[in-house]
Amino acid sequence: MAQKLDQALVAIAQGSARVLAGGTDYFPSRARGGPLPTLVDVSRMPEMLGITKTENGWRIGGATTWSQLIAADLPCAFDGLKSAASEVGSVQIQNTGTLAGNLCNASPAADGVPALLSLGASVALSSTAGTRVLPLHDFLTGVRQTSLRTGELMSAIHVPDLPDHATGHFAKLGSRRYLVISITMVGAVLGLDRSGRIDFAQFAIGACSPVAQRQPDLETKLIGQRPADVRITPDDLHGLAPIEDVRGDAHYRMIAAAEQCNRIFREVTPR
Amino acid sequence: MNKSMDPAATSIWLNGQAVTATPAPGERLSETLRERLGARDVKVGCNAGDCGACTVLVDGAPVCACLMPTQQAFGRRVDTLAGLMATDAQAQALAEQFQNHGAAQCGICTPGMMVSAVALLRAVAAPDAAQVSDALGGVLCRCTGYRAIIDAVVATGRGVAPECAPSSAGVGAAIRRVDGWAKVNGTEAFGDDIAPPDTLEIAVIRAPHAHAQFDLGDVAGFVAATPGLMASLTAADVPGVNRFGVIPAFMDQPVFAEKISRFRGEAIAAVIGTPEAISRFDPQSFPVTWTPLAAVSDVDAAQANGAPRLHDGHPENVMCGGLVTCGDPAAALSRADVVVEGRYRSGFVEHAYIEPEAGFARMVDGRIEVHACTQAPVMDREALEIILGRPASDIRIVPTAVGGGFGSKLDVSVQPILALATLKTGLPVRLTYSRTDSMQSTTKRHPSDITLRIGATRDGRICGFDFFGAFNTGAYASWGPTVANRVPVHASGPYRVADYRAESKGIYTHCPPSGAFRGFGVPQSAIAQECLFDDLAEKLEMDPLEFRILNALDNGTPTVCGQVFEQGVGIKACLEALRPAWAAERRWAAVHTTDTTRYGVGLAAGWYGCGNTSLPNPSTIKSGIRADGTVVLHQGAMDIGQGANTVIAQIFATALGVGTDLVTLIGPDTDRTPDAGKTSASRQTYVSGNAARLSGASLRAQILACVNASETAVLTVAPGVIHIDDAGTRHEVPLPAPDAEGLTFKAEETYDPPTRPLDKNGQGAPYAQFGYAAHLVVVAVDMAFGTVKPVKFVAAHDVGRAINPMLVEGQVAGGIAQGLGMALMEEYIPGRTENLHDYLIPTIGDIPPIETIIIEEADAHGPYGAKGLGEHVLIPTAPAILNAIKHATGARITRVPATPARVRAAIDTVRHE
Repeated sequence: MAQKLDQALVAIAQGSARVLAGGTDYFPSRARGGPLPTLVDVSRMPEMLGITKTENGWRIGGATTWSQLIAADLPCAFDGLKSAASEVGSVQIQNTGTLAGNLCNASPAADGVPALLSLGASVALSSTAGTRVLPLHDFLTGVRQTSLRTGELMSAIHVPDLPDHATGHFAKLGSRRYLVISITMVGAVLGLDRSGRIDFAQFAIGACSPVAQRQPDLETKLIGQRPADVRITPDDLHGLAPIEDVRGDAHYRMIAAAEQCNRIFREVTPR
Repeated sequence: MNKSMDPAATSIWLNGQAVTATPAPGERLSETLRERLGARDVKVGCNAGDCGACTVLVDGAPVCACLMPTQQAFGRRVDTLAGLMATDAQAQALAEQFQNHGAAQCGICTPGMMVSAVALLRAVAAPDAAQVSDALGGVLCRCTGYRAIIDAVVATGRGVAPECAPSSAGVGAAIRRVDGWAKVNGTEAFGDDIAPPDTLEIAVIRAPHAHAQFDLGDVAGFVAATPGLMASLTAADVPGVNRFGVIPAFMDQPVFAEKISRFRGEAIAAVIGTPEAISRFDPQSFPVTWTPLAAVSDVDAAQANGAPRLHDGHPENVMCGGLVTCGDPAAALSRADVVVEGRYRSGFVEHAYIEPEAGFARMVDGRIEVHACTQAPVMDREALEIILGRPASDIRIVPTAVGGGFGSKLDVSVQPILALATLKTGLPVRLTYSRTDSMQSTTKRHPSDITLRIGATRDGRICGFDFFGAFNTGAYASWGPTVANRVPVHASGPYRVADYRAESKGIYTHCPPSGAFRGFGVPQSAIAQECLFDDLAEKLEMDPLEFRILNALDNGTPTVCGQVFEQGVGIKACLEALRPAWAAERRWAAVHTTDTTRYGVGLAAGWYGCGNTSLPNPSTIKSGIRADGTVVLHQGAMDIGQGANTVIAQIFATALGVGTDLVTLIGPDTDRTPDAGKTSASRQTYVSGNAARLSGASLRAQILACVNASETAVLTVAPGVIHIDDAGTRHEVPLPAPDAEGLTFKAEETYDPPTRPLDKNGQGAPYAQFGYAAHLVVVAVDMAFGTVKPVKFVAAHDVGRAINPMLVEGQVAGGIAQGLGMALMEEYIPGRTENLHDYLIPTIGDIPPIETIIIEEADAHGPYGAKGLGEHVLIPTAPAILNAIKHATGARITRVPATPARVRAAIDTVRHE
C-alpha cells in the first residue's frame, strides 16, 4: 500500500506493477491462476483523495469513490455526474469503486464517461517524470484502450467551471433496476437563458460506440432553441457505431439514445 | 502493498476484536475472512461484485468483501453478520423481522441482505420501501422475490411488533420457519462452509469448445512437476462406470469426458492440491491438446442432414419424445369457428441460485462421506455407487444447507469429483465451483421451439388443439426425458380439451445439459398455450378471463389424459378469484395510460401434477420418542429454502398431537434418515408430508393403544412418561426401554401416490393430484424504450390446504420473480453470459407488490388436503406478462426474454401494420 503518490509512482515506474484502487474491476477481470502482478494500492493516498475547488474549476482526486462524489457539495452542473454515480452498480460498488478507475478501465459502457464528457473534463496523468493533462476524449482511445503510458496513473480529474445556471442530467437505460450494464446512456449539461431558450449545451452518448461521444454539431444547433421544441432523431447523432449484443441491437440503441436526449430536454426547466 | 508492514498495521478490527492476518498479496477480503479468520458467515456467490452475498461493513459502509484486497481493510473496522448479531440491537431486531416475514428462504443471500439493511437502518431510522430497494439493490436473491425482505426491513424501522403464529402451532398456521434462526444469525453451513481451512482443494479442467476431440498429455508428469499438486483425476481414475444420469435408461453423461467433449465447460480432468497450489493453478497450463469439431447448438441444426451425431442410437440427435392425444384434433380444428396458431420460442434459463455447487468429502473408516449441497441425497448415493463401483453401505451422503436449487441440484455436480478425489488421495478434499464453473457445466431450463394451433367454436368452447414442442436437451439427457413426458400431459393447461394432440421431442445439441428447472418444460408450453388463449378470446370477442372460466377443468371433467378427478379441481376458483382485480386493474390501466407509458393487464393460468409422472414415487419418514421425552422426526426431505423442514414438521406434529415446537429434526443424512425422495416435482409437501402424517398418526396410535384412549385424547410428552388426557381422565404411559437408536416409541411410514401408467396415446392417470394457479399482472410499457415494468401481481393459487400460509406466500413471490426473469431478461448463451453481470436475474427493484390469494380446494390424497406448490408458482407468470404487454401495446411477443429491444421492435411492427 502506497502512502504517498511519489512512492506509488516509483513503484509503478517499471511497468510491471498494477494500480489498484477500488478493486471493482480488478478482481472480476483477474484470470484464474498464473503469477499475480505486484499491486500498488492508491486508495488511501492523500494526494488522490478529495474534491477541491481550483482557480478555474474543480479537482476530483483520482481515488475518489462514487459515494464520496455523491456526498460532495458541488454546483448543479455536477447533478448528472452524481446521478450517474448513483446508478453505478450498487451501493457496495459505489462505496469502493473510483472515478479514475472507471475511466482507466475504459469500458464503452462506463457509467462515468458520458457525464464527465458533458462536463468537459480532463484527466491528470502522473508519473515520476511529472504530470500531464489530457482532455478526457483524448484519453479514451478505444474499447478498453487509453492513452495511459507505462509508469503513469490517473491522479486526478479536472472539471472546468461551467456557467452557474447550467444543470447536469443523466439517463441510463438497462434491462433491470440495479446492478446493470447500460444499453445506452446520455450525460448532459444544459443551461437556459431568461427567456427559456437554450444558451448552454454539452452532451455525450455512451454505450453506442467504442468510446462515448460528445455531440458538438448538435450542441451548436441547439443554442437558441426552446427545450420543448427539441426533437432529436438518430440521424442527428454523430460518431456512433453501436454494436449488437445480448443487451440490444444497433438500430435499437440509436433510437433509444435519441429518445433519452429528448426526454432530458423535456425535463429541463429554467433555474 | 506487499511491502513489509508492522503487526499493528496488519490488524483488522473484526466484529469488535483486533485480529491479525497475513494474506497473500492481492487476496480478497472475503477469502481472508472465511479461510483465515473463520468468518464463514460471509458468503461468496460470484467473486465479482454481482451478487452482494459477501457484503460486510468496512468502517460502517457496505462493500463487497470479494472485491476488496484484504490489505485495504488493515486498520479498519470490519463487521459481518455474525458480529452484528452479537452486539447490534438493530441487527437483532432485523433478525426477528426476517423470520416473521419469511424473508430468509434458503438463507444464502441473507447475510448480505441483513448487513446492507443494518447500514441503511443506521442512516435512515424508518426507511420506506424505495429506500430499502436502493440500499439492498446490490444483493441478489433467487428465492424470495424480495418483497418479504422489503417488508422485514421496513417493519424493523417502524418497530412493528411480530405477527407470527406461535411456534407450537400446527397445520394451517403461519409459524416461523423451524430452521430460520441459523439463517439469520450467520451460522447456517452451506456446501462451502463445512471443510476445515487448509483442506486439499480441487480444480476442474473444462472444455473450451462446444465440441472437440482432445488428447491428454503427460498428466502424471505435470502433477509431479507442479509444486503443491498431489494428484489428478481423469476418466481413467473412475473405478466403476464413468457415467451418470438421473434416469436409468438415459445415463449418458461421463464424470470426465473421454477423448470427445460435447459442450463448452464439460469436465475432462481435475487436479488436487494445496489451497495455495489450486489458487495459483492455471487451467491453461494443463497438458491437453484440443481439436475443435463441428458443433450444433439448436434443435434445427441438430436434426439437419449431415449434423454431427452426439450419441449412438439416437439418429437425428433425437433423445426421446412424448405424446398425449385424445379425440380427433384434426377434425375438431377443421370444424372450429375460429383457429389461432403461433410459434413460441425460449432460450436457456440458468437457475442462478446464489450458492454455487460446493462440498467436502473424506474417508471415514473405509467409507466415503460426501457433504454437499443437494436436492436428492439418496440419488447422489445411487450415482456414486455406479461411479465408484461400491455398495451403498460404503457411501454416506450428508447434505449441507442448500443455497437454492430449483431443480439443478437434483443432478450430481461436485459429488463424484469429491468422492473420486478423497478415494484417490485418502485425504479430505474440498471443491467449490466458481460462478462460471457453475453456469457453464450444470443444467439449464430447456430452450423450446413450440408450434401450436387451437380452435374454438362460436360459443367459446375449445375445439381442437395441436401442439408440437422441440426441446433442446443439450449434450446429455439429464431430466430431458421427464420434460418430454410432462409437457404433452400439461400443454392443454387446466382446461377441458376433448380433441387434443401434443407431441414433444428432446433433441441433443452441443450445449450444456438441460435438466430440471421448476416446472420441467411446462412454463415454456404454458407461454404458447396461454398467449394463444388470449388471441382466441380476442377473435371470439370474449373476455379473456370469462373465456378461461368457461373452458376451465372442473370436478368430473376428464383431462387430456382421460383422468377424471371427482374432487379437488381448483382452477375455476382461482380464475374466479381474479374477477375483482381483473375489472379494477383494467379500469386503472385505462385511466393511467399515456402516449409514452402504456399500462396493460394480462392474465394466465396453469396446472401442475405433483410427484413423478405415472412412476413409483415413495417417501419414507421415521419418527420416535426418546427416553428423555424428545420427539424426533427423521426428516430426509431436502429443504432447499422452500420450507420442507417446517411444513413436514407441522404436519407430523399435528398428526401426533403435539406442538410443532416440540419436534426435533434429525438429518438429512443417508445414514440416519430413510429415503424421502428428491426435492422435485412439487412432491415434498404432498408425498413426504403424507409419510410424515402417517408416521405421526402411527406413533399416536401406538401411544393411545397403551391405555385404549380415544382419538380425541390430548398427549403431553415428558421425560420418561407420556400423559394422556382423555375425556376428563388422565393416564400415564411410562416410556418403554429405548431401542438401539434410543427410541422408545417409533414409527416409520411410507407413502406412494396412487397413479396409473400412460398408454401409447398418453391416456391414464399420471398424477394423484394437480395444483392450480392463475396470475394477473399489470405492466407499464415504455413505448419508446420497449422496457416493461410489472407494477402489480395478483396470484391465486389452489394449494388444497395451506399448511403454512407464510411459506405459501414465499413460494408464490419467489416463483413470480423467476417467471418475471424468464419473461423479461434471462437468457443463458454459452460463452457470452457465463456470469451474473451478463446473465441478468431480477433485482430487488424489479419485483412489484404481489397479492397472493390462497384457494383451499382440499385434495382427498393430500395431507390435510394439501397440494404441491413449488413449481406451479411460475407457470402462469411469463404468459401473463406477455398478455399484459399485448394488452398495453397491441404487440404480441413470441420469443422470451422480451428484452427492451425485442419489445420495441414488436411495437414498431404493429405500428407499421
